[in-house]
Amino acid sequence: MLLNQFLILSAVLFCIGVYGVLARRNAVLVLMSIEMLLNAVNINLVAFSTRWGVSGQVFALFIIAVAAAEVGVGLAIVLLIYRNRTSIDLDELDEMKG
Amino acid sequence: METTFDLPANIAFGVIAVAIIVAAIRVVTTRNIVHAALWLVVVLGGVGAIYILLQAEFVAVVQYLVYIGAIVVLFLFGIMLTRAPLGEMLDLTNRTMRVGAIITAVILVTIMVFSVVDSFRDEEVDFIAYSGDVAAAQTFADLSAEEQETVLDEVAAIGAEGTDLGPVGRTETVSDSIFRDYLIPFEVISALLLAALIGAIVIARRD
Amino acid sequence: MTPLVDPLLSGPIGLQEILVVVFKVVVAFAFLMVAVMFMVWFERKLIGDMQNRIGPNRAGPWGILQTLADGVKLFFKEDLLPDNADRFVFKLAPYLALIPAFLIFTVVPVGGNYSTGDGTVSLFGEETLLQVADPPVGVLFVLAMSSVAVYGVMLAGWSSGSKYPLLGSVRATAQMISYEAALSLSVLSVILLSGTLSTSGIVAEQSQWNWNLWLTGFIPFAIFLISGTAELNRPPFDLVEAEQELVGGFHTEYSAVRFALFFLAEFMNTVTMSAIIVTLFLGGPNGPMFGPEWLQSWVLPSLWFFLKLFVFLFVFVWFRATLPRFRYDQLMDMGWKLLIPAALGWFLILAGIQVASDNDDINLALVVIVGVAIFFAGMGLLMLAMRSSRRQRQLSGVTD
Repeated sequence: MLLNQFLILSAVLFCIGVYGVLARRNAVLVLMSIEMLLNAVNINLVAFSTRWGVSGQVFALFIIAVAAAEVGVGLAIVLLIYRNRTSIDLDELDEMKG
Repeated sequence: METTFDLPANIAFGVIAVAIIVAAIRVVTTRNIVHAALWLVVVLGGVGAIYILLQAEFVAVVQYLVYIGAIVVLFLFGIMLTRAPLGEMLDLTNRTMRVGAIITAVILVTIMVFSVVDSFRDEEVDFIAYSGDVAAAQTFADLSAEEQETVLDEVAAIGAEGTDLGPVGRTETVSDSIFRDYLIPFEVISALLLAALIGAIVIARRD
Repeated sequence: MTPLVDPLLSGPIGLQEILVVVFKVVVAFAFLMVAVMFMVWFERKLIGDMQNRIGPNRAGPWGILQTLADGVKLFFKEDLLPDNADRFVFKLAPYLALIPAFLIFTVVPVGGNYSTGDGTVSLFGEETLLQVADPPVGVLFVLAMSSVAVYGVMLAGWSSGSKYPLLGSVRATAQMISYEAALSLSVLSVILLSGTLSTSGIVAEQSQWNWNLWLTGFIPFAIFLISGTAELNRPPFDLVEAEQELVGGFHTEYSAVRFALFFLAEFMNTVTMSAIIVTLFLGGPNGPMFGPEWLQSWVLPSLWFFLKLFVFLFVFVWFRATLPRFRYDQLMDMGWKLLIPAALGWFLILAGIQVASDNDDINLALVVIVGVAIFFAGMGLLMLAMRSSRRQRQLSGVTD
């Protein structure tokens, strides 16, 4: 197996995630796309760990933990927005626009 | 390194990679939000399988346990608590943003693939670092190509005897690394998780 | 000492190795199916006895073919698909419930002499362990699969497009996630004492009556049994399908074969959960060894394993016949305020004892005393916090 095949897969996954973050309007779907970005990074880290030591795997584990925290808080915020406005459409949340 | 493991591993990689990419595209294009969560499960499961291909079974099982078992379940829970529509929703994608987003993604993937291909041309995944000796792995990276070949042959010989590079012990290597080299980040992560837990409760509480 | 990997897979892999693996998969699957059929009959018959009824007695001797008759009936019934349903997910959900149940069973060692040997048996001339797979992270695999099992229930309820299944599935998911934490924390004690994540390694550590049941001091076992029952959605934790409140819970809209699959998954989960308890706490196939070689490697270990398995199947039925159903808030209170803190506290005490007994210059008795003191102090603080929170809520009028 080439190292590159993992890195290219990760690049493609990352860009699909970027598309999702930019184009989606629904807050939950944007959070899902962010998860795909984090996973793309994790593939890179684990692929590199085969050659440069297990630190890559440790970082991947840390990222998974941070992702869990992020989703917990993110969904709580989404829930609160929904409760206050009965909508989680990001394009409608523009009160702060100058 | 020519081993018998290579061809099946490459076939498996191809299948998994196609599944991941198709599912990822479905996540960002589907019109049903619960289906998006299910396609996300396919993506995450595929990534877990990639970790197994890379012989990182602990990360793989944590991926299944945390991502699929907890995070996506949390997503589904959030979807059901906000609204759980059966059938399609039309307003999930911002139409004006879509073209720009596609262009951004395509340019980004071109740059990334080019730079990756350019810097790692035909380097093999060789699992040299999994013997647990990071210093040796780093010196290995500095060796010339022929010297690397000989080292790899020696490692393969040891691996065939099943003494040094057996699949057991890699979890121990990871845990040694966490609790020796990365102890403080680990503690910080636990504090972060606690803070996130309390924060989520405070935000979502009704009273 | 147990080998680090299944000796079957440590050499070169040829056709014969693959055939042995396929054989093991087929046997495990067949066994699980037969065990589920037996379990359904056993549960109905036993509950009949406990409630002073006769139970199934028409199909075959003692009604033992009743499950088969039910299965045939369900397969030939009309398969209904609600108009509102999300077709694809509705069809997918039963399989999502069934597959994890089977996958968990693949890592359970069902035999092999771990007491005087290394747990391997000779199968078609190949040395191998009596389990389908022995991943080095077996215990985590079990936990991962039991959390994946949530999907079947959750998606079944959502895709039915009807309110009772949805409520049932939201209840089920919250319950299973809550008790998953307690389950994992009680397993941690076992992992701490065994020093390995592989199921065969844990069984090997428990040879010569060193069962985790008493080595971990009963508490993790009790927590695992309770949260395991909750994880299975079995009585007294069966709020998920509380007939009196939710019609039938998440599978209200299911009929025929798909309903049969849910039914199968439920009982399969009961069998696998019992097998996991036996593996983690009761030494798996370990037991008294005597007699000739073939008896020691093939017959006795499997006999002990199935005997222990049977005890737990009985216990689960006994729970169902004896205990009344919990109320939902009681269920959540017990999970979060009792089981999780207890499991965590007990784990910390065990870890302290472990460290103290590894180092000669630490006084073991002192560590135990301090640990227990901290345990009770923490418990007191928790009680105090819960009482003040309850008073606060009463004052602000949220609850009565």
